[in-house]
Amino acid sequence: MAETTAKQVLFEPIFSNNPIGLQILGICSALAVTTSMNVTIVMCLSVTAVTAFSNLAVSLVRTQIPGSIRIIVQMTIIASLVIVVDQILKAYAYEISKQLSVFVGLIITNCIVMGRAEGFAMKNGPWLSFLDGIGNGMGYSVMLLFVAFFRELLGAGSLFGVTLLTPVNEGGWYITNGLLLLPPSAFFIIGLAIWGLRTWMPEQVEEPDYKMSRHTHKEAF
Amino acid sequence: MAKAKETVSRTILVALVLSIVFSVVVSTAAVVLRPAQVKNQDLDIKSNILAAAGMLEAGSSADKIEKDFELFDVRLVDLDTGDFVEPSVVGVEDPMKYDMYKAASDPAMGTVIPSAEDQAGIKRRPNVAKVYTLSENGKLVRVVLPVHGYGLWSTLYGFMSLEGDLNTIEGLGFYAHAETPGLGGEVDNPRWKQQWVGKELYGDEPTEPLIQLVKGGVGADAKDKEHKVDALSGATLTSRGVERLVNYWMGDRGYARFLKKLREGEV
Repeated sequence: MAETTAKQVLFEPIFSNNPIGLQILGICSALAVTTSMNVTIVMCLSVTAVTAFSNLAVSLVRTQIPGSIRIIVQMTIIASLVIVVDQILKAYAYEISKQLSVFVGLIITNCIVMGRAEGFAMKNGPWLSFLDGIGNGMGYSVMLLFVAFFRELLGAGSLFGVTLLTPVNEGGWYITNGLLLLPPSAFFIIGLAIWGLRTWMPEQVEEPDYKMSRHTHKEAF
Repeated sequence: MAKAKETVSRTILVALVLSIVFSVVVSTAAVVLRPAQVKNQDLDIKSNILAAAGMLEAGSSADKIEKDFELFDVRLVDLDTGDFVEPSVVGVEDPMKYDMYKAASDPAMGTVIPSAEDQAGIKRRPNVAKVYTLSENGKLVRVVLPVHGYGLWSTLYGFMSLEGDLNTIEGLGFYAHAETPGLGGEVDNPRWKQQWVGKELYGDEPTEPLIQLVKGGVGADAKDKEHKVDALSGATLTSRGVERLVNYWMGDRGYARFLKKLREGEV
């Protein structure tokens, strides 16, 4: 394998190997916490911090971890970090932690965190692993902020809680799109984003799993 | 080396060390951050009481909230008789220290709600509730009552503030719940909460609350519109939970006896 540089590890996950866009991981929270930009940013910071530090911790002890219990070791590290993040949010960002409610705890089950710990940190040094965590956190963040931007702007007529398009029920002109406040709308936005990404970088397009073969018999008509 | 780390004893050792290290990390975080969290929760409850009463200015500092909250008298009420009781009845000196939700699960201080009457889905009710009254020049102008009940995923805890006539709603707000963000979580939306202002709890019967959460909005000429509030869209079960908990707590099993006595000047 070619030498991986810090720059690659840090920036590749943003567009060319985006955890949500290419690997389709972490969709659950991308649907759940993207109704407003403020909440999304806190969620992104939390996930980035957890991914970076769990990668760092896993990488530091990687030579000591027996193979038979490596997954549970990673889970313990991740779960502990998530609890710490949750405690910090409750102490310093109480309002937002209330809005994020269970989703901070659910970072534990975010496949990106686990995937990076198992897929990268187990095989690489602490510094690179830490950067890889930051990079993947940023890739996750870019996608979430993209989704939240459209959901909050078109769904509620505001950005960061500041009203830009005054909605009808506040006496303005903008008829809010209720669908965008519902979780399924994130699927559409993520889908469009992936389409855009793969049009820009066609090498991300996967080989089709199945191809229709030619007819072997001529049909009656 | 590669072989040595796969032994059973080694595996147990690694698991043990890891557990100890991370339990220390987690406990340290919990203990160190505890005071800040308690302060936040305390301030949050006070600001929610003020918010329900329409007395919270946006961006108030912690000191301002503490100062405004001083205006309230914190009193304890026996829900069965509707009378005020001394804090010593529940074994505290300062009524602020009394936790009515903890009391509900104590066999000596709470009662089981028969399931037929348990609209709010809370199973147990404390015998004594904590209420917040505000008087100006000896005249009662405001009462803030704690309410709670089950929504879709979680129990919603909140406050309802009533005007001095003990019928007109001044505000309703929830400070703790785990409803779906963006759907049921919209119970926190200021615009939705604004609708409650000026609604009336009771009709002709002063112990039977008539609050309804209706779909599709409440038109200007809707029948009984003083009792109706627009339900949350996409959150039928949360809306139903809110409707039921308000009617439970303002009904005969809740605060109705107390409010009746207070209205008639008996307490």
